[in-house]
Amino acid sequence: MAVRSWRIPWRLVALASLTLLPLLWSGCYPDHPQSSFGVAGPLARDQRNLFLFIFWMAAFVFVVVEGALVFAVFRFRRRPGQMALPKQTHGNTPLEVTWTILPALVLVVIAVPTITTIFAQAEPPAGDRLEVRVVAHQWWWEFQYPQLGVTTANELHVPINRPATLLLNSDDVIHSFWVPKLTGKTDVIPTRNNTMWFEAEEEGTYYGQCAELCGLAHAQMKFQVIAQSQADFDLWVAGQKAPPAVATALAFNLKGCSVCHTVSGPDAEGLQEARMDAFRAWVAAGGQGPGRFPGPNLTHFASRDTFAAGLLVRSDENLRRWLRDPEAVKPGNRMKELATAYHGTSSQALTEQDIDDLVAYLQGLK
Amino acid sequence: MATASRAVPGILRRPTTYTGLWSWVVTVDHKRIGVLYGVTAFIFFMLGGIEALTLRTQLMTSQNALVSPDLYNQLFTMHALTMIFLGVMPLSVAFFNLIVPLQIGARDVAFPRLNALSYWVFLFGGLLLNAGWLFGGSPADGWFAYAPLTTATYSAGGGMDFYVLGLLTLGVSSVAGGLNFIVTILNLRAPGMTLMRMPVFTWMSLVTSFLLVTAMPVITIALIELAFDRFLGTNFFNPTAGGDPILWQHLFWVFGHPEVYILILPAMGVVSDVLPTFSKKPLFGYPFVVFSGLFIGVMGWGVWSHHMFTVGLGPVANATFAITTMLIAVPTGVKVFNWIGTMWGGALEFKTPMLFAVGFIVLFIIGGLSGVTHASPPTDTQQQDTYYIVAHIHYVLFSGAIFGLFAGVYYWFPKFTGRMLSEGLGKVHFWLWFVGMNITFGPMHWLGLDGMPRRIYTYDPAMGWDFWNLVATLGSYALGLGVLVFLWNLVLTLRKPQDAPADPWDGRTLEWSIPSPPSIYNFRQIPQVHQRDAFWHQKYAEDADGRPHPVPRGGSAEVHPGGHEEEGHGIHVPGMSYFPFITALGLGATGAGLLLSQATSIPGLIVAGIGLLVLFFGVYGWAFEPAGPEG
Repeated sequence: MAVRSWRIPWRLVALASLTLLPLLWSGCYPDHPQSSFGVAGPLARDQRNLFLFIFWMAAFVFVVVEGALVFAVFRFRRRPGQMALPKQTHGNTPLEVTWTILPALVLVVIAVPTITTIFAQAEPPAGDRLEVRVVAHQWWWEFQYPQLGVTTANELHVPINRPATLLLNSDDVIHSFWVPKLTGKTDVIPTRNNTMWFEAEEEGTYYGQCAELCGLAHAQMKFQVIAQSQADFDLWVAGQKAPPAVATALAFNLKGCSVCHTVSGPDAEGLQEARMDAFRAWVAAGGQGPGRFPGPNLTHFASRDTFAAGLLVRSDENLRRWLRDPEAVKPGNRMKELATAYHGTSSQALTEQDIDDLVAYLQGLK
Repeated sequence: MATASRAVPGILRRPTTYTGLWSWVVTVDHKRIGVLYGVTAFIFFMLGGIEALTLRTQLMTSQNALVSPDLYNQLFTMHALTMIFLGVMPLSVAFFNLIVPLQIGARDVAFPRLNALSYWVFLFGGLLLNAGWLFGGSPADGWFAYAPLTTATYSAGGGMDFYVLGLLTLGVSSVAGGLNFIVTILNLRAPGMTLMRMPVFTWMSLVTSFLLVTAMPVITIALIELAFDRFLGTNFFNPTAGGDPILWQHLFWVFGHPEVYILILPAMGVVSDVLPTFSKKPLFGYPFVVFSGLFIGVMGWGVWSHHMFTVGLGPVANATFAITTMLIAVPTGVKVFNWIGTMWGGALEFKTPMLFAVGFIVLFIIGGLSGVTHASPPTDTQQQDTYYIVAHIHYVLFSGAIFGLFAGVYYWFPKFTGRMLSEGLGKVHFWLWFVGMNITFGPMHWLGLDGMPRRIYTYDPAMGWDFWNLVATLGSYALGLGVLVFLWNLVLTLRKPQDAPADPWDGRTLEWSIPSPPSIYNFRQIPQVHQRDAFWHQKYAEDADGRPHPVPRGGSAEVHPGGHEEEGHGIHVPGMSYFPFITALGLGATGAGLLLSQATSIPGLIVAGIGLLVLFFGVYGWAFEPAGPEG
């Protein structure tokens, strides 16, 4: 074969820049609320480090293989006027055996830390743990602290440097619990008592959201993990265990809010399940008129920064928007569909005065 | 149309006309059925593309309100179902039909009427699946349809019914098609074409056909159980009554992962045929390429739980499936190396099919490598159900399967239309797709690692995902533009006179040895095959250095005439038939009636009953159909 001249393939360089540069830029991007790179705990850190290890192995393979491919594309391009046909090589067994074994070796190198990480992350380190029962609902999160007798919603408080073990339950469909900066996801599946754990090393607010398609408002099923010093956490627990801050507003009972929402401490044993059973019966009966669904516990509503599963900041104006038309704010959520207050002909229909009263009441539930 | 209901026990005589619209309905010619498959698949492909562009436009900015959450969920569900079951799979089957009989030197498939049935059932299945757009809403629970979201309690509307009956119907088509091609490839090969002399596309068709007949029954069982849950109140997947939602996941992915290889192996076959032609060299390491394809097909059964790393199956199961999944990278790598080896030392000619084939390899490597990162369960717990996975599947299925199949479209188009597609427009199409593909799906890797989940119709600007979503959306418009350029190319090409020679690319396999377009009987004389690349060796003889030299036409000793028939006289071609269409129509009507019965029970059951009668009529007439128009 005649030796051919070798030129720098400028067209290719331009093309590669066009397609690969966005990827390179993105690597230097700022740290966002749900970035799996901005780690704040041991699980997420090991997951990130393992990813980066595999990524660099893959990048090496990428450069070698694509390099060979691009070289072949330019080096063996048919030149104008070239008539002679190339030699008909059919294969090269030693070469092929080599490139069957080499990737297998690379994979062994990846498999070893993979397997050790799987087993290392399966159980939290021995010692004192915070137990949390997570109940996922369409489309919000219930957090129970059985050791502490506390129930809250959508904002999970944990002390730093102490593993939290989570028992994951769902009484409707499959959801997935995910806080990228603290840990990867574990699915929340009815009938399965999945468990997971994580530990936060730095104080801060970490963002998570449901990662398994769970219906209409899947995109709006968010939550936050608030990692605090042990002292701040204890203070928070004391606040949550205190009796309800203010007397229940008249409107809250009259307008039927209490059918789904509890304001007198943790929900009684089995109450949320009973609400869910009532919902299933309501659907089976054709889904018309008012009904019940497990709603977030509102006992200390005003101790939270957000509501509607991390969708809205808790403010008078947002609460009014929500109470006037929850469906418009968060399409799919069950409140407008089920609450008596939104069934037109009912004498329980919400008035603007009711909404003002309810906002004032909710904002008083410190 | 020629009909007469005279003969007993046959109900209808065989149709005889070979022209007009009706002749397409009654055809059993594998080439015409291939064209029907291809055209239908392309129309569905464009529908899936419109769905995708709508999704991308919705995500262009945070808190966009182009579509409602309900419509968004329907769109992404139908985008996946359409692209997988109505776009890529039938486009692959179109090539099975068009190419396999020609590559093995056969006059048709083993069961021509069954082949027609496969097409018509596919068409009606596709229509059933899409009927939701017109009748009250499409499925909206994702193509994976995880229970219990799909049970009547949480999906009370009819959307999931279209999913169940549409996919059940499509399964019938796939199993029939798979069986047909297994028998065709094993039994109808020309004399001398041993298995290890078959073109690689035919090999991959064989492997894919085995996957079809083994994988589709699994999803069929799952779908029937889901249908029972929804229609009859059983509790296979209902956790409140002791059912198990994880059972659905296992059944779905035991089907779903082989399905991924059903999508990619035919494209790998196309690439393995296109590369040698445009490199002017035989495929490097043919046995390695064939056996790695077989290995991928078999291993496809042992990796399904890597879709379930976050389900909580435990560290032992996760470790096991991590290892089996990583193992798949070995045969995939072998294929890539052998493709590069094929190009090495060749005289590469970058016609459009070659561009798509090389584009396939360049981008499939990225998809394969990103796949290794989530073969590792700890990292997958961060990537599962994020845009990182969306990026990965589109690198393997768009720049993989679709690029490979479009290499085939440009490669084999002249063979069946007698016309060469415009090279200029083809190259514009390729570059729009190659660049657009990276701009669309490249940034999704980052979005996923930055915490953006899949299947969300909206996101908060505080998440910082706006910029790359905007970029991805703009990239997707380039992909749409590429489709328009291809359409324009089709229109221009089909309007010009036939100009394609029998062998425009200096091809290596038997389909290039016959005229473009081929006559109805394909081969005047069934060829005698002595080695791989049978047609190439008809044209060239290798000297002692392994360099090919043209041999005078007809002077090769490689292929002997197999008979003495002249100009198609006395060649038996299968007769056309009404019954595949009638049978499929009955099946489709039964499905439509069952769907209708969910809205209004008595009329629906009547339609279903009529459908069953038509189905039985079709099967009866089929069984007793006279052998040919004469009888």
